[in-house]
Amino acid sequence: MSILALGMEGGGEGYTPPGVGIFWEPLIGHDATAITRPVFLAVLSVILIAWFLLATTKKRAIVPSKGQMATEGVYGLVRNGIAKDLIGSHEFMRFVPLLFTMFMLILVNNLFGVLPFTNYPTMSRIGFPLALALIIWIIFHVVGMQKHGFFGYWKSLVPAGLPKGMIPAIFILELITDLFTRPVTLGLRLFGNMFAGHILMALFIAGGWYMLQSGGVLIVAGGVTWIFAFVMTLFEMLVEFLQAYVFTLLAALYIAGAVADSH
Amino acid sequence: MTGNIAILGYGLSAIGPGIGVGLIFAAYINGVARQPEARGMLQPIAFLGMAITEALAIFGIALAFVFKA
Repeated sequence: MSILALGMEGGGEGYTPPGVGIFWEPLIGHDATAITRPVFLAVLSVILIAWFLLATTKKRAIVPSKGQMATEGVYGLVRNGIAKDLIGSHEFMRFVPLLFTMFMLILVNNLFGVLPFTNYPTMSRIGFPLALALIIWIIFHVVGMQKHGFFGYWKSLVPAGLPKGMIPAIFILELITDLFTRPVTLGLRLFGNMFAGHILMALFIAGGWYMLQSGGVLIVAGGVTWIFAFVMTLFEMLVEFLQAYVFTLLAALYIAGAVADSH
Repeated sequence: MTGNIAILGYGLSAIGPGIGVGLIFAAYINGVARQPEARGMLQPIAFLGMAITEALAIFGIALAFVFKA
């Protein structure tokens, strides 16, 4: 369904704002087994990332080409700016591949939201960010247990030196944070930002189109709305980059918390 | 007037995080202005604080759509 046609639904009975319905875009098949647009884009993003990274690192040179410089910039940001700073110089290297993969995957999938023709942030379907959050959730628990042992890991949740009476309460609080709040907020944050951003842009563009069609004074309002749609697109690009950064940052922080010597 | 009361709920849930995110970046700007070389250390902390504060507003918008019916 075209977003521009949205406002016209209901046959002149007034304006229908874009809703959750705009996210359902099956390409092949129907209902639960359909190959939808986000699935297609997720596969496309993997192909694009693989092609870009291979192409820019195949002919490595001391004096880097533009592509190599871009790849090195992103890699440096994840490796030094996120992993090394947060996890510490002892153990960070084994998590860099994971964090770099997460960052690239989320960044490219998010940028699909403003890229012409793709125009759909994959992460605005809850399944994708939740799966990524689940991977991070399993990994930071597993590396924590590897480091401290099964019981030692749960013991390390409670900071040392607490009065005896407070230990059960703090333990339960930390347990809820670790098992529930962290993965849910990690997934929902990415989902919510992409979902809200996509709806907001659809609203600005479809609403502006509706006003332009209405004629009269509304044409001016429609024009202004479209200018704002352009501004929102730029703002969305910032948000999309920021969310990829924040997701990787939080993943690194959770891993750092699990492998830290003492809490 | 027709509409959905859940959207009002989202508006309310965005007030707190809005103020919170403002406070975090105010503190971050203050910190960098006083000690520019601490920027690299402060930046992850600021974004982390923002991400955690923002989570409340994100829950708000998710729930606004969940309870839409």
